[in-house]
Amino acid sequence: MEWFRKAKSGLVSQERKNIPEGLWTKCKSCGEIVYSKKMEQYLWVCPTCNFHFRIPSRKYISLLLDDGHLEEMDNKLASADPLKFKDSKKYPDRIKAANDKAGGTEGLITGLAKMGGIPVSFSIMDFAYIGGSMGSVIGEKVARSIERAIDKEIPLIIVSCSGGARMQEGVLALMQMAKTSGLLAVLSDKKVPFISILTNPTTGGVMASFASLGDVIIAEPKALLGFAGPRVIQQTIGQDLPEGFQSSEFLMEKGFLDKIVERRELRDTCISLLKYVWRG
Amino acid sequence: MADGQQHLEFERPIVELEKKISDMKDFSVGGNIEFDSEIDSLQKKLKKLREEVYSGLSRWQRVQLSRHPKRPHTLDYIKLMTTDFIELHGDRSFADDRAMIGGFARIGDQPVMVVGQQKGRDTKQKLIRNFGMAHPEGYRKARRLFHMAEKFGVPIVIFIDTPGAYPGLGAEERGQAEAIAKNIQVMFQIKTPIVVVILGEGASGGALGIGIGDRVFILEYAWYSVISPEACAAILWRDAGKGPEAAEALKPTSDTLLELGVVDDIIAEPPSGAHTDPPEAARLVKEKLVTTLKELTARDTGELLKERLNKYRNMGVVRE
Repeated sequence: MEWFRKAKSGLVSQERKNIPEGLWTKCKSCGEIVYSKKMEQYLWVCPTCNFHFRIPSRKYISLLLDDGHLEEMDNKLASADPLKFKDSKKYPDRIKAANDKAGGTEGLITGLAKMGGIPVSFSIMDFAYIGGSMGSVIGEKVARSIERAIDKEIPLIIVSCSGGARMQEGVLALMQMAKTSGLLAVLSDKKVPFISILTNPTTGGVMASFASLGDVIIAEPKALLGFAGPRVIQQTIGQDLPEGFQSSEFLMEKGFLDKIVERRELRDTCISLLKYVWRG
Repeated sequence: MADGQQHLEFERPIVELEKKISDMKDFSVGGNIEFDSEIDSLQKKLKKLREEVYSGLSRWQRVQLSRHPKRPHTLDYIKLMTTDFIELHGDRSFADDRAMIGGFARIGDQPVMVVGQQKGRDTKQKLIRNFGMAHPEGYRKARRLFHMAEKFGVPIVIFIDTPGAYPGLGAEERGQAEAIAKNIQVMFQIKTPIVVVILGEGASGGALGIGIGDRVFILEYAWYSVISPEACAAILWRDAGKGPEAAEALKPTSDTLLELGVVDDIIAEPPSGAHTDPPEAARLVKEKLVTTLKELTARDTGELLKERLNKYRNMGVVRE
């Protein structure tokens, strides 16, 4: 679908905004040069312009969860190749390359944890893994994460970061939107809370399914959020997009987010919310 | 398209032979016996040619058939196979999206709520229908009608035919992603049977946004996938012209969808595609719907909802 194009364009342009190596770090948004150790203290948020650099999933785990600990589950789930998909590369080769690059996470880490002493079912997506694209494994991991929340009646937290559904799994990737959203209907009927956290970028099939279905939806500042990619929209309308289009701030203004929360405040905000919505 | 005659390249030999037969028929008015036997043999040849062409179609050619300029659209099917259609408009919030239509209708004796994307045939209609690409208000209109169907206890029949949900400024501003996500979720909660028929193009989230059903059927020459072959080619091959290659890779055609369990059955089309005989195409769709609706309306709704969820819960292929 069209929103896929954006996924890829996002991937290319966003790639450069990853954590840079070296003693000094240049902010890709404002150009400010900051001492890297200082950046680490700031949780990779630019002290000048508040740009939130993309950080690895495991940094979020240490940042958000009690004792920085996640009891990881479903780690053995691995991608298959149901369509025998081949473009310039065979799909299994892409998977292998991604596993080498992103440490065998298959694009999502999931499990049980606590936040402020409250048990939660937690999942976090990894953009470094084929653009965080959702195929059968991510769909299955999210599904099991929702089922744990349903079975144990504990809140669900999902941190999204994705360009959309994974083309190489064709229609089965699309069906993961159905699978996850269907289980969220059950979660909602059981009145078990779901906090959806959106990071840069969250678009396409992920945004058009579970990421948009939180009871509370929180985004980091200045994240790219939307259905179609900026380039696809540009081609459709034949002109440049307005400044800040599809940013967190834009979605907030249009009524699609509950809050924009800075990285350092994410944990406390979630805990405060959980105290209201979790019956214990 | 080859020319103003509105046929696809691979249809050309068939169309030419058809024309030859029709010309001969014109000549033979008055009953020339020699001509009759000639016509007879040409008609046999035509039948054989059709079988040859249509049994050997590539996936890309089948995708082209799904977009054939003469292919019947949602309102054509409604006209051909339902009675007493009362169209209902608007999402009660922003606007009436003409790319998404819906309303009450009767299929045989069975009242239903029918919802689907609508494409236009001429330029003016294409613009009015936005090429079958709905905005968020279209998905919200559909949702409103789903709730109404539930409220008044009528089953829902959905016709999918879209190149995608519209990717524009207004669509983003009004929450295209949220509208689709919410529809998918709500369709698992609607306490009335839902039958989905993919008539032509089933592109991605735009199709899935009205695509959850107790039964999902697809017409023989329709397609359904995560992305259109051209868009996929533009990304992976960096060349939108590589649609044929992408179609082979994505395997979006009805045969593969049935193998993967994404659709429950394939509805056969007339021998050369729905566009060559719309009334027959509609009859075949109606036949399937009548049997299915009879079966589903007899079921316990709670059981139906459980099965609906379980079906989608098990979709996907992973190794563990």
